[in-house]
Amino acid sequence: MVPIPAYLTVAALLFAIGTAGVLITRNMIVLFMSIELMLNSANLALIAFSRALNIMDGHVVVFLVLTVAAAEAAVGLAMIITVFRNRESISIDRYNLLKW
Amino acid sequence: MNLDAIIFVISAVVAVFGAIMMIAQKNPVASVLYLILSFLAQAVLYIQLGAMFVGVMLVIVYAGAIMVLFLFVIMLLNLRGTEDLGEKPHPVSGIVKLLIAALLLMELIFVIRGVYTEYPNAGILAAQSDSFGSIKSIATLLFTKYLYPFELTGVLLLVAVVGAVVIARREEPGETQSEEHPEASTPIDQAVK
Repeated sequence: MVPIPAYLTVAALLFAIGTAGVLITRNMIVLFMSIELMLNSANLALIAFSRALNIMDGHVVVFLVLTVAAAEAAVGLAMIITVFRNRESISIDRYNLLKW
Repeated sequence: MNLDAIIFVISAVVAVFGAIMMIAQKNPVASVLYLILSFLAQAVLYIQLGAMFVGVMLVIVYAGAIMVLFLFVIMLLNLRGTEDLGEKPHPVSGIVKLLIAALLLMELIFVIRGVYTEYPNAGILAAQSDSFGSIKSIATLLFTKYLYPFELTGVLLLVAVVGAVVIARREEPGETQSEEHPEASTPIDQAVK
């Protein structure tokens, strides 16, 4: 039987990789995928705790997070398309219109 | 080492490997495919933890639908990984960013270890009932205790669909803003240029 902290460690690793991706990458789409990865690592932790406590509420929360991620992906990608039309670039350094 | 541990180690390594490769790739299409690999490995972990329904949902909704949306956008924008991403940041800046991520990882592992040693029962798996993770028990929760949030997700998805269509819509030539829009210039204007 694999102990629960092992699953939590994998979730922590994935979250840290997602954070590194958000900070390091300059490609807008890869940055967006890193955010999806972070959402999913939180899901893994929720599932692990759900199993450890033997209550199913965590599964419902994961279901809701999946819905929010789908909505976020749809709106975010639409925004990327719009900004790409104006700036002709997916580099986050070029998206500086709101920079003071 | 029993079968459970072997499956865990393999899928954990694949999940982390896919995530790292996702960041390291230059070509966004390869990035998406590595992320799908990572999600598939995570789905194995979900199912190992008894979350059958959610694991299947992860494959169908995430790997199947959301990642295809990403691929669709990448191909719509015609990205090949050779785009000019601007000046590379200073190397010190890159190291600092990696350090921040490593610090966060240390902190998370510290918290996990703290919980594990302080409450020795925390790491022990509870007895699993037969219906744990089944579609029926999730549906019962969704339609009784969590009915209100479940209804709200329907509204959220509707708003997201309408929002995505409105945001991504190209302005038609007849509309008011078309005068300033470079794409709406007439053939005569282009000939003059």
